[in-house]
Amino acid sequence: MTAQEVDKKKMVVVEGSYAVAHSVKICKPNVISAYPITPQTHIVENLSQFIADGEMPDCEYHNVESEFSALSALVGASAVGARTYSATTSQGLELMHEVLFNVSGMRLPIVMTIINRAVSAPINIWNDHQDSISQRDTGWIQLYAEDTQEAADMTAQAHKIAEDKDVLLPVMICMDGYILSHVYEPVVLLEQDLVDEYLPGYAPVFVLDPKNPMTFGAFAAPSTYTEFRYLQEQAMGVALKKIEDAANKFNEIFGRYYGGLIDEYETEDAEIIIMAMGSIIGTIKDVIDARRSKGEKIGLLKVRSFRPFPVEATRKALKNAKVIVTLDKNISIGLNEGALCTETKACLHNTNIDAPVIGYTVGLGGRDIPIHTIENIIDQAKEVMSSGITVESQFTDLREDLI
Amino acid sequence: MDVKEIRIHGRGGQGSVTAAELLAVAAFEDGKYSQAFPAFGVERRGAPVQAFTRISDSPIRLRSQIYEPDYVIVQDPTLLEVVEVASGTKDDGIILINSEFPPDKFELDTKANIMTVDATKIALDIIGRPIVNTVLLGAFAGTTGEINPESIKDAVKERFPGKVGEKNAVAIQKAYDIITGAKA
Repeated sequence: MTAQEVDKKKMVVVEGSYAVAHSVKICKPNVISAYPITPQTHIVENLSQFIADGEMPDCEYHNVESEFSALSALVGASAVGARTYSATTSQGLELMHEVLFNVSGMRLPIVMTIINRAVSAPINIWNDHQDSISQRDTGWIQLYAEDTQEAADMTAQAHKIAEDKDVLLPVMICMDGYILSHVYEPVVLLEQDLVDEYLPGYAPVFVLDPKNPMTFGAFAAPSTYTEFRYLQEQAMGVALKKIEDAANKFNEIFGRYYGGLIDEYETEDAEIIIMAMGSIIGTIKDVIDARRSKGEKIGLLKVRSFRPFPVEATRKALKNAKVIVTLDKNISIGLNEGALCTETKACLHNTNIDAPVIGYTVGLGGRDIPIHTIENIIDQAKEVMSSGITVESQFTDLREDLI
Repeated sequence: MDVKEIRIHGRGGQGSVTAAELLAVAAFEDGKYSQAFPAFGVERRGAPVQAFTRISDSPIRLRSQIYEPDYVIVQDPTLLEVVEVASGTKDDGIILINSEFPPDKFELDTKANIMTVDATKIALDIIGRPIVNTVLLGAFAGTTGEINPESIKDAVKERFPGKVGEKNAVAIQKAYDIITGAKA
């Protein structure tokens, strides 16, 4: 029996948010603090239910009045040695902005699910990646999930990575709002015995304790501040390997693997390589299969870890590509390109790789990404392959009638 | 890869999303892979809503909305005036409409086969409320043969334990019987 067939026997059809909430429960956090916001609500509703039903006896759920407070409460909880979890999205995440830096600067291994949603204004409750991408420089590890199984499994991996004593950085697990949070599909719910084997209890290195007084997030003068930042960067460097380790160890125990920092699909001989993050990966794979059956050499590079950015892995995967395509569900207004496009170009500079990188901004504010959008992008990439690059980055499927 | 795509049209409050989810649960019980998801609008009672289900023999990776459905379920015939329910339907597809009228009453721009079932009457008779989503799933099973009606009943009884689930199961069977009788 293949691993897939084994899994199918264990699968149940549940909502993505339920699968994630179940994973959170199985990872045994001590403190959860979150503020409900669409489309994250189903996760925290399920967690509240678990706690009300007595299924999480060692966990406290803190009701707070805002996202700012939700994350602030976890700063204290994490500093005294609790395993901590939160979930948010969009404006909620933006409201946490200041605290995000405090968490990473204090090296607190908080894990948070981000249900990716567009940001206001105009108000929009649907999916894109602008919320988490806008927190790029806050010092959090950012992992992006392709389906609900990966998002559920990533929850255990995130705690393991964050709490590693050589990392001690917070982790955002990013999953697409509605597309993954509200989809019903077969999923293996994490098993307690396997997670206990995979993820031991949190053993904090530094603890806030009156018996052994210590200061977290203290004043740092110009004489020391730089070194705090340098050490955060060093930890991100260590995380590169730990993210791979966590994925491999997970595979060993659970028999499921989605890539470490990246995942490659049909890239071996690919002339055109499409790079993307999140739930669009599945649709791209279907299109690639169809194109491959016609003999077209198209591949996919899934970026699973956006922070730390997998520079070496990306260079290696792209080294023989003739055209590189980046898809971004976010836009840096004023540069007219998304973050994946910018990072990819940056990491290819100062190397021998001289393939054009063309960027597409897609799926903003929940606009659907149908197969023909991917088909058109591939066709344009083929033109670039034969006649050279003309446009570096552009909006996709613009409605000219509205402009 | 053999994928069947289903689009459900309803109004907010009619349980279109629930129907799509129950279909996914039932299909998986039948041994298929499945995926159900909503096209959320700004949800409010009475507004037109859509929900989608994919059923396949292999794992489903595609995440786009459904534009060329094999099957369409219309919970409320008044939607025909405001929504193009036949949009993208395949020539050999089926559009199942909740209506007391026969299919030839409906002029839709499609070559797909139009079927009707008076789900509202069945629901009122058996469940006592005009909630037609589960009833239509029974008719869907009968008219398409894509799914075992027992699996639908199991899924509904699991979601709505007790008397509510039992009544729905009876209504599902009734719709299944009527539509298969009509087809024969």
